[in-house]
Amino acid sequence: MEVTELTKRRIIEYLNEGKRFDERGLRDFRKITVETGISKNAEGSARVIIGKTEVLAGVKMAMGEPYTDSPDSGTMMVSVELSPIASQKFELGPPKIESIELARIVDRGIRESGFIDFSKLCVKKGEAVWTIFIDIYPINHDGNLIDASALAAIAALKTAVFPEYDKETNKVKYGEFSTKKLPLADENMPLTTTFYKIGNKIVLDPIVEEEETAEARLSIAVSKPKKKEVMINAIQKGGYTPLTDAELDEILDYVPKIWDEINDALNKSLEASEKHKKKK
Amino acid sequence: MTYTKRFDGRAFDEMRKIEAKVGVVPNADGSAFFSFGDTKAIAAVYGPRTLHPQHLKNPQKGVLRCYYDMISFSVTERKKPGPSRRSSEISFVTSQALSEVVQLNNFPNSVIDVFITIIQADASTRCAGINAASMALAHAGIPMTGLVSAVSVGNIGGNITVDMIKEEEDYEEDGEKYATDTPMAFLPDGRISLLQLDGKTSPEMLKKAIEAGRKACVKITDIQKKTLKSLEAEK
Repeated sequence: MEVTELTKRRIIEYLNEGKRFDERGLRDFRKITVETGISKNAEGSARVIIGKTEVLAGVKMAMGEPYTDSPDSGTMMVSVELSPIASQKFELGPPKIESIELARIVDRGIRESGFIDFSKLCVKKGEAVWTIFIDIYPINHDGNLIDASALAAIAALKTAVFPEYDKETNKVKYGEFSTKKLPLADENMPLTTTFYKIGNKIVLDPIVEEEETAEARLSIAVSKPKKKEVMINAIQKGGYTPLTDAELDEILDYVPKIWDEINDALNKSLEASEKHKKKK
Repeated sequence: MTYTKRFDGRAFDEMRKIEAKVGVVPNADGSAFFSFGDTKAIAAVYGPRTLHPQHLKNPQKGVLRCYYDMISFSVTERKKPGPSRRSSEISFVTSQALSEVVQLNNFPNSVIDVFITIIQADASTRCAGINAASMALAHAGIPMTGLVSAVSVGNIGGNITVDMIKEEEDYEEDGEKYATDTPMAFLPDGRISLLQLDGKTSPEMLKKAIEAGRKACVKITDIQKKTLKSLEAEK
Protein backbone atom coordinates (compact mmCIF):
# COMPACT_ATOMS: atom_id res chain seq x y z
CA MET A 1 0.00 0.00 0.00
CA GLU A 2 2.08 2.83 -1.29
CA VAL A 3 1.16 6.37 -0.32
CA THR A 4 0.37 8.27 -3.51
CA GLU A 5 1.91 11.62 -4.43
CA LEU A 6 -1.61 13.04 -4.31
CA THR A 7 -2.07 11.99 -0.69
CA LYS A 8 1.35 13.32 0.23
CA ARG A 9 0.54 16.70 -1.30
CA ARG A 10 -2.77 16.82 0.53
CA ILE A 11 -1.07 15.98 3.85
CA ILE A 12 1.37 18.85 3.38
CA GLU A 13 -1.36 21.30 2.35
CA TYR A 14 -3.38 20.30 5.40
CA LEU A 15 -0.41 20.62 7.75
CA ASN A 16 0.33 24.08 6.40
CA GLU A 17 -3.14 25.03 7.62
CA GLY A 18 -2.33 23.38 10.93
CA LYS A 19 -4.63 20.43 10.27
CA ARG A 20 -4.17 16.67 10.29
CA PHE A 21 -6.28 13.90 8.77
CA ASP A 22 -7.32 12.66 12.21
CA GLU A 23 -7.93 16.18 13.55
CA ARG A 24 -5.04 16.12 16.00
CA GLY A 25 -2.79 19.10 16.70
CA LEU A 26 0.71 18.92 15.20
CA ARG A 27 2.31 17.90 18.51
CA ASP A 28 -0.54 15.71 19.82
CA PHE A 29 0.04 12.04 20.35
CA ARG A 30 -2.68 9.51 19.64
CA LYS A 31 -3.96 7.61 22.68
CA ILE A 32 -1.12 5.64 24.26
CA THR A 33 -1.96 2.35 25.95
CA VAL A 34 0.65 0.31 27.78
CA GLU A 35 -0.08 -3.15 29.06
CA THR A 36 2.51 -5.25 30.86
CA GLY A 37 2.92 -8.95 31.57
CA ILE A 38 1.61 -10.09 28.21
CA SER A 39 3.74 -13.25 28.14
CA LYS A 40 4.06 -15.52 31.13
CA ASN A 41 7.25 -17.05 29.77
CA ALA A 42 9.15 -13.81 29.42
CA GLU A 43 11.14 -12.26 32.25
CA GLY A 44 9.33 -9.04 31.38
CA SER A 45 6.96 -8.03 28.61
CA ALA A 46 4.74 -5.25 27.38
CA ARG A 47 2.34 -4.22 24.67
CA VAL A 48 2.23 -0.61 23.55
CA ILE A 49 -0.61 0.66 21.44
CA ILE A 50 -0.43 4.15 19.96
CA GLY A 51 -3.49 4.74 17.81
CA LYS A 52 -3.51 1.78 15.47
CA THR A 53 0.18 1.08 15.90
CA GLU A 54 0.85 -1.93 18.11
CA VAL A 55 4.21 -3.19 19.34
CA LEU A 56 5.14 -6.08 21.62
CA ALA A 57 8.38 -6.16 23.58
CA GLY A 58 9.83 -8.92 25.71
CA VAL A 59 12.81 -9.23 28.00
CA LYS A 60 14.67 -12.53 28.19
CA MET A 61 17.75 -13.01 30.34
CA ALA A 62 20.69 -15.27 29.65
CA MET A 63 24.01 -15.96 31.30
CA GLY A 64 26.90 -15.04 29.10
CA GLU A 65 30.47 -13.87 29.00
CA PRO A 66 31.27 -10.18 29.48
CA TYR A 67 33.05 -8.09 26.89
CA THR A 68 36.80 -8.00 27.45
CA ASP A 69 36.84 -4.24 27.94
CA SER A 70 34.20 -4.37 30.69
CA PRO A 71 34.68 -7.68 32.54
CA ASP A 72 32.35 -6.73 35.40
CA SER A 73 29.40 -5.40 33.39
CA GLY A 74 26.35 -7.20 32.11
CA THR A 75 25.34 -6.79 28.50
CA MET A 76 22.23 -5.89 26.56
CA MET A 77 21.04 -6.72 23.07
CA VAL A 78 18.06 -5.06 21.43
CA SER A 79 16.55 -6.50 18.28
CA VAL A 80 13.53 -5.57 16.23
CA GLU A 81 11.72 -7.98 13.97
CA LEU A 82 9.86 -6.15 11.22
CA SER A 83 7.63 -9.05 10.29
CA PRO A 84 5.20 -8.97 7.33
CA ILE A 85 2.40 -9.43 9.85
CA ALA A 86 2.59 -5.72 10.67
CA SER A 87 2.67 -4.10 7.25
CA GLN A 88 2.72 -4.78 3.53
CA LYS A 89 6.02 -2.92 3.51
CA PHE A 90 7.82 -5.57 5.54
CA GLU A 91 9.27 -8.70 3.99
CA LEU A 92 10.57 -11.97 5.33
CA GLY A 93 14.30 -12.50 5.51
CA PRO A 94 17.34 -11.32 7.41
CA PRO A 95 17.12 -7.97 9.22
CA LYS A 96 17.23 -4.99 6.90
CA ILE A 97 18.60 -1.59 7.72
CA GLU A 98 15.22 -0.29 8.92
CA SER A 99 15.05 -2.85 11.70
CA ILE A 100 18.74 -2.55 12.55
CA GLU A 101 18.47 1.23 12.86
CA LEU A 102 15.28 1.03 14.92
CA ALA A 103 16.89 -1.46 17.31
CA ARG A 104 19.98 0.67 17.67
CA ILE A 105 17.98 3.84 18.43
CA VAL A 106 16.15 1.99 21.23
CA ASP A 107 19.43 0.45 22.43
CA ARG A 108 21.33 3.72 22.62
CA GLY A 109 18.59 5.55 24.51
CA ILE A 110 18.55 2.87 27.21
CA ARG A 111 22.31 2.33 27.33
CA GLU A 112 23.35 5.99 27.48
CA SER A 113 20.74 7.07 30.04
CA GLY A 114 22.12 4.84 32.79
CA PHE A 115 18.62 3.35 33.30
CA ILE A 116 20.15 -0.11 33.67
CA ASP A 117 22.94 -0.53 36.22
CA PHE A 118 25.08 -2.94 34.24
CA SER A 119 27.60 -3.34 37.07
CA LYS A 120 24.88 -5.13 39.10
CA LEU A 121 24.50 -7.70 36.34
CA CYS A 122 27.90 -9.23 37.02
CA VAL A 123 27.83 -12.75 38.45
CA LYS A 124 31.53 -13.59 38.27
CA LYS A 125 33.98 -10.98 37.05
CA GLY A 126 35.44 -11.79 33.66
CA GLU A 127 33.45 -15.03 33.40
CA ALA A 128 29.73 -14.78 33.88
CA VAL A 129 27.40 -11.82 33.52
CA TRP A 130 23.72 -11.43 32.74
CA THR A 131 22.74 -10.54 29.21
CA ILE A 132 19.44 -8.74 28.77
CA PHE A 133 17.76 -9.49 25.47
CA ILE A 134 15.09 -7.00 24.51
CA ASP A 135 13.16 -8.27 21.51
CA ILE A 136 10.64 -6.02 19.83
CA TYR A 137 7.88 -7.18 17.51
CA PRO A 138 5.62 -4.66 15.78
CA ILE A 139 2.21 -6.24 15.26
CA ASN A 140 0.60 -3.39 13.36
CA HIS A 141 2.49 -0.51 11.78
CA ASP A 142 0.49 2.67 11.54
CA GLY A 143 3.36 5.06 11.99
CA ASN A 144 5.76 6.04 14.77
CA LEU A 145 7.21 2.59 15.40
CA ILE A 146 10.32 4.18 16.91
CA ASP A 147 8.55 5.82 19.84
CA ALA A 148 6.23 2.84 20.35
CA SER A 149 9.15 0.40 20.34
CA ALA A 150 11.23 2.47 22.74
CA LEU A 151 8.29 2.77 25.14
CA ALA A 152 7.51 -0.95 24.93
CA ALA A 153 11.13 -1.76 25.75
CA ILE A 154 11.03 0.50 28.83
CA ALA A 155 7.73 -0.95 30.03
CA ALA A 156 9.02 -4.51 29.57
CA LEU A 157 12.21 -3.69 31.48
CA LYS A 158 10.27 -2.08 34.34
CA THR A 159 8.31 -5.26 34.93
CA ALA A 160 11.15 -7.74 34.36
CA VAL A 161 12.50 -10.08 37.05
CA PHE A 162 15.56 -12.33 37.07
CA PRO A 163 15.00 -15.97 36.25
CA GLU A 164 16.28 -18.54 38.76
CA TYR A 165 19.69 -19.98 38.04
CA ASP A 166 21.97 -22.72 39.31
CA LYS A 167 24.63 -20.97 41.36
CA GLU A 168 27.20 -23.72 40.75
CA THR A 169 26.96 -24.11 36.99
CA ASN A 170 25.56 -20.62 36.30
CA LYS A 171 22.88 -22.24 34.14
CA VAL A 172 19.58 -20.41 33.94
CA LYS A 173 16.49 -22.36 35.01
CA TYR A 174 14.15 -21.10 32.34
CA GLY A 175 10.53 -20.86 33.33
CA GLU A 176 11.37 -20.36 37.02
CA PHE A 177 11.26 -16.74 38.05
CA SER A 178 12.69 -15.06 41.10
CA THR A 179 11.02 -12.02 42.62
CA LYS A 180 14.15 -9.94 42.11
CA LYS A 181 13.66 -6.98 39.80
CA LEU A 182 16.29 -5.81 37.34
CA PRO A 183 18.72 -3.16 38.63
CA LEU A 184 17.03 -0.11 37.16
CA ALA A 185 17.64 3.51 38.06
CA ASP A 186 14.12 4.87 37.68
CA GLU A 187 15.34 8.45 37.89
CA ASN A 188 17.28 7.88 34.64
CA MET A 189 14.41 6.35 32.69
CA PRO A 190 14.75 7.41 29.05
CA LEU A 191 11.74 8.19 26.87
CA THR A 192 12.08 8.58 23.14
CA THR A 193 10.24 11.00 20.90
CA THR A 194 10.68 11.34 17.18
CA PHE A 195 10.11 14.66 15.46
CA TYR A 196 9.10 14.47 11.81
CA LYS A 197 9.67 17.23 9.29
CA ILE A 198 6.74 17.22 6.88
CA GLY A 199 6.71 20.13 4.44
CA ASN A 200 7.79 22.95 6.71
CA LYS A 201 6.10 21.69 9.84
CA ILE A 202 7.49 19.65 12.71
CA VAL A 203 5.04 16.93 13.67
CA LEU A 204 4.88 14.30 16.42
CA ASP A 205 3.44 10.78 16.30
CA PRO A 206 2.65 10.52 12.58
CA ILE A 207 0.26 7.98 11.12
CA VAL A 208 1.86 5.89 8.41
CA GLU A 209 0.79 8.20 5.56
CA GLU A 210 2.33 11.18 7.33
CA GLU A 211 5.47 9.23 8.11
CA GLU A 212 5.90 8.28 4.44
CA THR A 213 5.48 11.94 3.51
CA ALA A 214 8.13 13.11 5.99
CA GLU A 215 11.44 14.23 4.50
CA ALA A 216 13.42 13.93 7.72
CA ARG A 217 13.11 12.85 11.29
CA LEU A 218 14.98 13.39 14.53
CA SER A 219 14.65 10.82 17.31
CA ILE A 220 15.61 12.05 20.75
CA ALA A 221 15.88 9.94 23.89
CA VAL A 222 15.42 12.06 26.97
CA SER A 223 15.75 11.38 30.67
CA LYS A 224 14.97 13.61 33.61
CA PRO A 225 17.41 12.78 36.40
CA LYS A 226 15.88 13.61 39.80
CA LYS A 227 12.84 14.97 37.95
CA LYS A 228 14.71 18.21 37.40
CA GLU A 229 16.64 19.08 34.31
CA VAL A 230 15.97 17.29 31.07
CA MET A 231 18.95 15.43 29.62
CA ILE A 232 19.33 14.23 26.06
CA ASN A 233 20.85 10.74 25.97
CA ALA A 234 20.68 9.80 22.31
CA ILE A 235 19.85 11.39 18.99
CA GLN A 236 19.43 9.96 15.55
CA LYS A 237 18.68 12.01 12.47
CA GLY A 238 16.96 10.05 9.73
CA GLY A 239 15.81 10.82 6.22
CA TYR A 240 17.58 12.28 3.23
CA THR A 241 16.64 15.94 3.76
CA PRO A 242 18.84 18.09 5.99
CA LEU A 243 17.42 20.19 8.81
CA THR A 244 17.81 23.93 9.07
CA ASP A 245 19.05 25.65 12.19
CA ALA A 246 15.59 27.06 12.85
CA GLU A 247 14.00 23.61 12.63
CA LEU A 248 16.60 22.20 14.98
CA ASP A 249 16.02 24.99 17.49
CA GLU A 250 12.27 24.46 17.29
CA ILE A 251 12.79 20.79 18.14
CA LEU A 252 15.33 21.35 20.91
CA ASP A 253 13.15 23.99 22.54
CA TYR A 254 10.29 21.50 22.64
CA VAL A 255 12.42 18.72 24.14
CA PRO A 256 11.92 19.69 27.82
CA LYS A 257 8.17 19.04 27.49
CA ILE A 258 8.21 15.56 26.07
CA TRP A 259 9.45 13.52 29.02
CA ASP A 260 6.56 14.56 31.29
CA GLU A 261 4.02 14.01 28.55
CA ILE A 262 5.02 10.45 27.78
CA ASN A 263 5.76 9.59 31.39
CA ASP A 264 2.23 10.66 32.36
CA ALA A 265 0.73 8.57 29.61
CA LEU A 266 2.87 5.60 30.64
CA ASN A 267 1.96 5.86 34.33
CA LYS A 268 -1.76 6.35 33.73
CA SER A 269 -1.86 3.43 31.40
CA LEU A 270 0.08 1.17 33.75
CA GLU A 271 -2.24 2.05 36.63
CA ALA A 272 -5.30 1.33 34.54
CA SER A 273 -3.88 -2.00 33.45
CA GLU A 274 -3.10 -2.94 37.08
CA LYS A 275 -6.68 -2.14 38.12
CA HIS A 276 -7.99 -4.18 35.24
CA LYS A 277 -5.89 -7.17 36.28
CA LYS A 278 -7.08 -6.95 39.88
CA LYS A 279 -10.72 -6.93 38.81
CA LYS A 280 -10.14 -10.15 36.97
CA MET B 1 35.07 18.28 36.89
CA THR B 2 38.78 17.92 36.41
CA TYR B 3 39.06 17.62 32.66
CA THR B 4 40.40 21.10 32.04
CA LYS B 5 43.33 20.23 29.79
CA ARG B 6 43.05 17.88 26.84
CA PHE B 7 45.10 14.67 26.79
CA ASP B 8 46.94 15.76 23.67
CA GLY B 9 47.25 19.39 24.67
CA ARG B 10 44.90 20.79 22.05
CA ALA B 11 42.58 23.72 22.69
CA PHE B 12 38.97 22.57 23.22
CA ASP B 13 37.89 23.99 19.87
CA GLU B 14 40.93 22.70 18.04
CA MET B 15 40.76 19.76 15.66
CA ARG B 16 43.54 17.23 15.26
CA LYS B 17 45.89 17.56 12.31
CA ILE B 18 43.94 16.96 9.15
CA GLU B 19 45.43 15.32 6.09
CA ALA B 20 43.54 15.07 2.84
CA LYS B 21 44.43 13.57 -0.51
CA VAL B 22 42.55 12.60 -3.62
CA GLY B 23 43.21 9.89 -6.18
CA VAL B 24 44.38 7.29 -3.69
CA VAL B 25 42.58 4.37 -5.38
CA PRO B 26 43.54 4.31 -9.06
CA ASN B 27 40.87 1.80 -10.08
CA ALA B 28 38.02 3.89 -8.73
CA ASP B 29 36.21 6.65 -10.61
CA GLY B 30 37.05 8.92 -7.72
CA SER B 31 38.78 8.46 -4.39
CA ALA B 32 40.08 10.31 -1.36
CA PHE B 33 41.91 9.92 1.90
CA PHE B 34 40.96 11.93 4.98
CA SER B 35 42.44 11.79 8.46
CA PHE B 36 41.84 13.43 11.81
CA GLY B 37 45.13 12.64 13.57
CA ASP B 38 45.25 8.86 13.96
CA THR B 39 41.79 8.29 12.49
CA LYS B 40 42.29 7.48 8.84
CA ALA B 41 39.66 6.87 6.20
CA ILE B 42 39.75 6.04 2.51
CA ALA B 43 36.73 6.45 0.25
CA ALA B 44 36.36 5.19 -3.30
CA VAL B 45 33.53 6.00 -5.71
CA TYR B 46 32.37 3.64 -8.45
CA GLY B 47 29.72 4.88 -10.81
CA PRO B 48 27.33 6.10 -11.91
CA ARG B 49 26.73 2.55 -13.08
CA THR B 50 23.78 0.23 -13.62
CA LEU B 51 22.00 -0.57 -10.40
CA HIS B 52 21.62 -4.18 -9.36
CA PRO B 53 19.40 -5.66 -8.07
CA GLN B 54 16.89 -4.47 -10.62
CA HIS B 55 14.06 -3.75 -8.18
CA LEU B 56 16.05 -1.03 -6.42
CA LYS B 57 16.24 1.02 -9.62
CA ASN B 58 14.59 4.40 -9.47
CA PRO B 59 13.47 5.76 -12.85
CA GLN B 60 13.30 9.29 -11.39
CA LYS B 61 16.79 9.58 -9.98
CA GLY B 62 19.96 7.74 -9.16
CA VAL B 63 20.75 6.06 -5.87
CA LEU B 64 23.70 6.95 -3.67
CA ARG B 65 24.81 3.83 -1.84
CA CYS B 66 27.47 4.06 0.87
CA TYR B 67 29.29 1.20 2.53
CA TYR B 68 31.22 1.94 5.71
CA ASP B 69 33.62 -0.67 7.01
CA MET B 70 36.48 -0.88 9.50
CA ILE B 71 39.33 -3.21 8.71
CA SER B 72 39.89 -5.87 11.34
CA PHE B 73 43.14 -4.40 12.66
CA SER B 74 42.00 -0.77 12.68
CA VAL B 75 41.08 -1.13 16.38
CA THR B 76 42.93 -2.50 19.41
CA GLU B 77 40.81 -5.62 19.73
CA ARG B 78 40.44 -7.36 16.35
CA LYS B 79 37.12 -6.53 14.74
CA LYS B 80 35.44 -9.44 13.03
CA PRO B 81 35.68 -8.71 9.30
CA GLY B 82 32.52 -7.97 7.38
CA PRO B 83 29.42 -5.88 8.01
CA SER B 84 27.88 -5.52 11.46
CA ARG B 85 24.78 -3.82 12.79
CA ARG B 86 26.92 -0.82 13.66
CA SER B 87 28.49 -0.56 10.22
CA SER B 88 25.12 -1.00 8.48
CA GLU B 89 23.70 1.89 10.45
CA ILE B 90 26.70 4.11 9.76
CA SER B 91 26.51 3.27 6.06
CA PHE B 92 22.85 4.25 6.09
CA VAL B 93 23.31 7.60 7.87
CA THR B 94 26.33 8.37 5.67
CA SER B 95 24.20 7.95 2.53
CA GLN B 96 21.63 10.27 4.06
CA ALA B 97 24.28 12.81 5.03
CA LEU B 98 25.64 13.00 1.48
CA SER B 99 22.60 12.53 -0.77
CA GLU B 100 21.30 16.10 -0.65
CA VAL B 101 24.38 17.59 -2.35
CA VAL B 102 24.67 14.93 -5.07
CA GLN B 103 22.57 15.77 -8.11
CA LEU B 104 21.07 12.34 -8.40
CA ASN B 105 18.32 13.37 -10.82
CA ASN B 106 20.99 13.29 -13.55
CA PHE B 107 21.34 9.55 -13.17
CA PRO B 108 18.00 7.73 -13.32
CA ASN B 109 18.18 3.96 -12.86
CA SER B 110 21.82 4.19 -11.84
CA VAL B 111 23.76 3.83 -8.67
CA ILE B 112 26.77 5.66 -7.33
CA ASP B 113 28.58 3.36 -4.92
CA VAL B 114 30.81 4.83 -2.25
CA PHE B 115 33.05 2.45 -0.34
CA ILE B 116 34.48 3.83 2.88
CA THR B 117 37.23 1.93 4.66
CA ILE B 118 38.62 2.90 8.03
CA ILE B 119 42.22 1.82 8.13
CA GLN B 120 43.03 3.15 11.58
CA ALA B 121 40.57 4.22 14.23
CA ASP B 122 40.92 6.74 17.03
CA ALA B 123 37.31 7.99 17.34
CA SER B 124 35.31 10.05 14.82
CA THR B 125 35.59 7.40 12.11
CA ARG B 126 32.17 8.08 10.56
CA CYS B 127 33.02 11.78 10.25
CA ALA B 128 36.41 11.08 8.64
CA GLY B 129 34.59 8.68 6.32
CA ILE B 130 32.01 11.27 5.30
CA ASN B 131 34.72 13.86 4.65
CA ALA B 132 36.65 11.40 2.48
CA ALA B 133 33.47 10.31 0.67
CA SER B 134 32.44 13.86 -0.08
CA MET B 135 35.84 14.55 -1.65
CA ALA B 136 35.86 11.26 -3.54
CA LEU B 137 32.48 12.10 -5.09
CA ALA B 138 33.81 15.45 -6.28
CA HIS B 139 36.98 13.76 -7.52
CA ALA B 140 34.84 11.36 -9.55
CA GLY B 141 33.33 14.36 -11.31
CA ILE B 142 29.82 13.72 -10.00
CA PRO B 143 27.77 16.92 -10.21
CA MET B 144 27.29 18.25 -6.71
CA THR B 145 25.86 21.42 -5.20
CA GLY B 146 28.67 21.51 -2.64
CA LEU B 147 30.82 19.51 -0.28
CA VAL B 148 29.62 17.90 2.93
CA SER B 149 31.85 18.21 5.97
CA ALA B 150 31.55 16.29 9.22
CA VAL B 151 33.03 16.51 12.67
CA SER B 152 32.37 14.99 16.03
CA VAL B 153 31.87 17.30 18.98
CA GLY B 154 32.00 16.13 22.54
CA ASN B 155 30.75 17.49 25.80
CA ILE B 156 33.08 16.45 28.59
CA GLY B 157 31.60 17.67 31.85
CA GLY B 158 30.52 20.99 30.38
CA ASN B 159 33.52 21.48 28.10
CA ILE B 160 32.57 21.52 24.45
CA THR B 161 35.32 19.42 22.93
CA VAL B 162 35.83 19.42 19.19
CA ASP B 163 37.11 16.25 17.47
CA MET B 164 37.57 13.95 20.45
CA ILE B 165 40.12 11.16 20.49
CA LYS B 166 39.21 7.69 21.82
CA GLU B 167 40.77 8.44 25.18
CA GLU B 168 38.44 11.42 25.54
CA GLU B 169 35.39 9.46 24.38
CA ASP B 170 36.13 6.92 27.11
CA TYR B 171 36.95 9.55 29.74
CA GLU B 172 35.69 8.54 33.15
CA GLU B 173 35.35 10.31 36.45
CA ASP B 174 34.43 8.35 39.57
CA GLY B 175 33.93 5.31 37.40
CA GLU B 176 31.29 7.04 35.33
CA LYS B 177 31.48 7.72 31.63
CA TYR B 178 31.65 11.43 31.20
CA ALA B 179 31.79 12.30 27.53
CA THR B 180 28.85 12.90 25.22
CA ASP B 181 29.66 12.27 21.59
CA THR B 182 27.82 14.13 18.85
CA PRO B 183 28.81 13.41 15.26
CA MET B 184 27.35 15.95 12.84
CA ALA B 185 27.62 16.97 9.19
CA PHE B 186 26.88 20.26 7.48
CA LEU B 187 26.05 21.37 3.96
CA PRO B 188 27.55 24.56 2.53
CA ASP B 189 24.27 26.39 3.25
CA GLY B 190 24.56 25.49 6.93
CA ARG B 191 21.84 22.85 7.01
CA ILE B 192 22.60 19.77 9.08
CA SER B 193 22.51 16.40 7.31
CA LEU B 194 23.90 14.13 10.02
CA LEU B 195 23.17 14.37 13.71
CA GLN B 196 23.69 11.60 16.21
CA LEU B 197 24.29 11.71 19.91
CA ASP B 198 25.33 9.32 22.64
CA GLY B 199 25.68 10.36 26.24
CA LYS B 200 24.05 12.94 28.44
CA THR B 201 23.66 16.59 27.59
CA SER B 202 21.16 19.40 28.04
CA PRO B 203 19.44 20.93 25.01
CA GLU B 204 21.39 24.18 25.60
CA MET B 205 24.76 22.42 25.59
CA LEU B 206 23.75 20.56 22.45
CA LYS B 207 23.09 23.88 20.73
CA LYS B 208 26.57 25.03 21.75
CA ALA B 209 28.11 21.81 20.46
CA ILE B 210 26.37 22.28 17.11
CA GLU B 211 27.73 25.81 16.84
CA ALA B 212 31.26 24.57 17.57
CA GLY B 213 30.81 21.80 15.00
CA ARG B 214 29.60 24.27 12.41
CA LYS B 215 32.72 26.41 12.87
CA ALA B 216 35.02 23.40 12.62
CA CYS B 217 33.25 22.19 9.47
CA VAL B 218 33.87 25.51 7.72
CA LYS B 219 37.58 24.83 8.20
CA ILE B 220 37.21 21.25 6.99
CA THR B 221 35.36 22.35 3.85
CA ASP B 222 38.24 24.72 3.17
CA ILE B 223 40.77 21.90 3.39
CA GLN B 224 38.62 19.64 1.20
CA LYS B 225 38.32 22.37 -1.43
CA LYS B 226 42.02 23.21 -1.37
CA THR B 227 42.92 19.55 -1.80
CA LEU B 228 40.59 19.17 -4.77
CA LYS B 229 41.86 22.39 -6.33
CA SER B 230 45.52 21.42 -5.98
CA LEU B 231 44.70 18.42 -8.13
CA GLU B 232 43.48 20.77 -10.85
CA ALA B 233 46.80 22.60 -10.67
CA GLU B 234 48.76 19.34 -11.07
CA LYS B 235 46.93 18.57 -14.28
